[in-house]
Amino acid sequence: MLQEAIFSGFGGQGVLTMGMLLGYAGVIEDKEVTWMPSYGPEMRGGTANCIAIVSDSLISSPIISTFDSAVTLNQPSIEKFEYKVKVGGNIFYDSSNTINPPTREDINIYACPVSEEAIKLRNSKVLNMIMLGAFIEVTKVVKMETLLKALEQVLPERYHKLIPLNKQAIEIGMGLVRK
Amino acid sequence: MGDVKFMKGNEALSEAMIRAGCDAYFGYPITPQSEVLEYLAREATKRTGMVVLQAESEVSAINMIYGAAGCGKRVMTTSSSPGISLMQEGLSYIASAELPCLVANINRGGPGLGTIQPAQGDYFQSVKGGGHGDYHLVVLAPCSVQEMVDYVKLGFELADKYRTPVMILADGAIGQMMEKVELFPQMERVVTDYPWATTGRPAGKDRRYITSLHIQPEKMEEINHTLQAKYKVMQETEVRYQALHLDDAEYLMTGFGLAARICIKAMELGRAKGYKIGMIRPQTLFPFPTKIYAEVAPRIKGILDVEMNAGQMIEDVRLSVEGKTRVEFFGRMGGMIPSPDEILENFEKYFIKGS
Amino acid sequence: MSELNEIMNPIKENICLPEFLVYERPDTLTEQEFHYCPGCGHSTVHKLLMEVVSEMGIVGDTIGVAPVGCSVFAYHYLGVDMQQAAHGRACAVATGIKRVMPEKIVFTYQGDGDLAAIGTAETVHAANRGENLLVIFINNGIYGMTSGQMAPTSLEGMVTTTSPYGRDVLTQGYPLKISELLAHLPGVYYVTRQAVNTAGNVRKTKKALQRGLEYQKKNLGFCLVEVVSNCPSNLKMTPLESNEFVANQMIPFYPLGDIKVPEVK
Repeated sequence: MLQEAIFSGFGGQGVLTMGMLLGYAGVIEDKEVTWMPSYGPEMRGGTANCIAIVSDSLISSPIISTFDSAVTLNQPSIEKFEYKVKVGGNIFYDSSNTINPPTREDINIYACPVSEEAIKLRNSKVLNMIMLGAFIEVTKVVKMETLLKALEQVLPERYHKLIPLNKQAIEIGMGLVRK
Repeated sequence: MGDVKFMKGNEALSEAMIRAGCDAYFGYPITPQSEVLEYLAREATKRTGMVVLQAESEVSAINMIYGAAGCGKRVMTTSSSPGISLMQEGLSYIASAELPCLVANINRGGPGLGTIQPAQGDYFQSVKGGGHGDYHLVVLAPCSVQEMVDYVKLGFELADKYRTPVMILADGAIGQMMEKVELFPQMERVVTDYPWATTGRPAGKDRRYITSLHIQPEKMEEINHTLQAKYKVMQETEVRYQALHLDDAEYLMTGFGLAARICIKAMELGRAKGYKIGMIRPQTLFPFPTKIYAEVAPRIKGILDVEMNAGQMIEDVRLSVEGKTRVEFFGRMGGMIPSPDEILENFEKYFIKGS
Repeated sequence: MSELNEIMNPIKENICLPEFLVYERPDTLTEQEFHYCPGCGHSTVHKLLMEVVSEMGIVGDTIGVAPVGCSVFAYHYLGVDMQQAAHGRACAVATGIKRVMPEKIVFTYQGDGDLAAIGTAETVHAANRGENLLVIFINNGIYGMTSGQMAPTSLEGMVTTTSPYGRDVLTQGYPLKISELLAHLPGVYYVTRQAVNTAGNVRKTKKALQRGLEYQKKNLGFCLVEVVSNCPSNLKMTPLESNEFVANQMIPFYPLGDIKVPEVK
């Protein structure tokens, strides 16, 4: 198994966190993982992205130009990465917030209304977790339970009360793409 | 077995420093390596009693390193390109006074203030002696978060063994990226008793002094001979490199650090297309793995050297192969990172389509 | 000829007799002959410092830092463990030493160029961190090692090789009273300015050095002893004339005495 993914969106949407959580979960499942952020001015707003690679064997380059999956949380990200998805790969986008959705016919397009779903949960901050749920449901790179374990590791104790909400978000995301 | 963790390169480096029983860190913030000082300030002193001090400048930091290293302590500093330039005077003094210490350069794009994005433009500065006079640093080039950890331990060992400054030459990407990493267990902080260390004149014995000043040229030449002899031993015994597919290689890709890692992907893509590409990745940039290049040069058709600079290590590769094979170059500069596809295209341009 | 002889050897009687002995070389001073010019204040301050170290019984606990400048070779004379620092970096080197060996007594010995020009940042920040160091600052208003260039502490109008028409403060800046400047910092515990141009001043300087080291033993903070000194060679004066220069020109601008003293509680 090798999954080379890019997560992209506005700074503050939690795209770096999505990739990072995937990395933590990968390590818990004893997989090889690499997470490469775009760092610098993007961190202070603007479009941020990170590459996350999860693999059963050693990962060569942390820098790649085409992806198995692109997770795009805003319009500029779709425009930037739709054509960098490998044939047969996946693109996930926030269908509640996009004017021009992806159009390629040789990839799988997952329209996920994550902003709407997050509002329903009364917490717009969990939109990234909803999307992450969709991502793992399709790609199967890590299990949901592992993601939750990773959350437990990463979140300081005082935020552990938010784990059930995150679990709910992931489950909603998984449901969005379940056929 | 140590702990397996998912860590950022800079944080893994810092954690390794604590675990290696480092006595003191002196540093100054600069992107992309500020996490080091932040991590140590948070973790180090409370765990091992290690001294962590934010200096007023890189100039000051490297001289604090000089002072503490002169007391026989295990010490380290880190910075990024412009800051490392400021440290060059101090490094020259440290090399001349034969003090052990470890320095990491999380290389960013230059010249000048440049950019905070990753680059490898400091190869010449690191490998050829960035300060004044004839000296070398031992230069280790990690290509993964794991090697950031491994080279801290190795770096301290080599520094102590040769009484020499050792540099870890990484780049912004390796500092910023997160990977799975296995950490070695916490080591004891060792109380050393070096005869040369200035720890207070021992009763009934001569006092010690640390200096790089020898006004008599005869004496200064002698010091130079001592240093050169040491470098010769390193060249014979401390060379480290990673080689892939040398058995069937018709071509080589070569590079260090992150560029080498991307090359491995390009090599895999090339091999899938039927090109017999091998790979040499120097892990020690000084001492440079000259012999392995010389050995394979006569039986290969060409080498593509890939770096994130305008072509620096390529000079050492060319010196090593002594004209016995073609050496071509592909590089990106100023913080741009080459992609595997780009590398393969350039390989094909030079060796497949052009030949 | 006999007249010249009289000038060169004003001492008429043989006074080098054991009964006239006032002090001996402290065992902490090495037997290496000073390279300093005849009449230079460095030799006196070296001797005083080593007397104090010897009397306090801290030879084995003291680590010194030599600068770049005339006293670059201080480690040849001061018989304690020493490190030689890059130009201006003595306070940084001393910080490195003191932080890893806080139980030791650490001093730097620096001239005006080293401490107050190229090393200003290191000096100010070590002081501001309240590093427990004794900084001995020899201020002779001129660069000695490089032969008579202007120092940050050169007086207004003073002729040096780089201010051949006299220091013009409008283009070359004002003489820097760094001790007064440092005294404002909360990390600084003790600042004093002394001189070695007269026997009385020599005795006061010794007391100041002793106080500085005593304070450090108690980890009270940064201590600075400035010593206004002479440079007969570069001032192109006899030693006596150079001491007169110190008394008549330097001291009026750099007045002697304590600048910051610990509050008595």
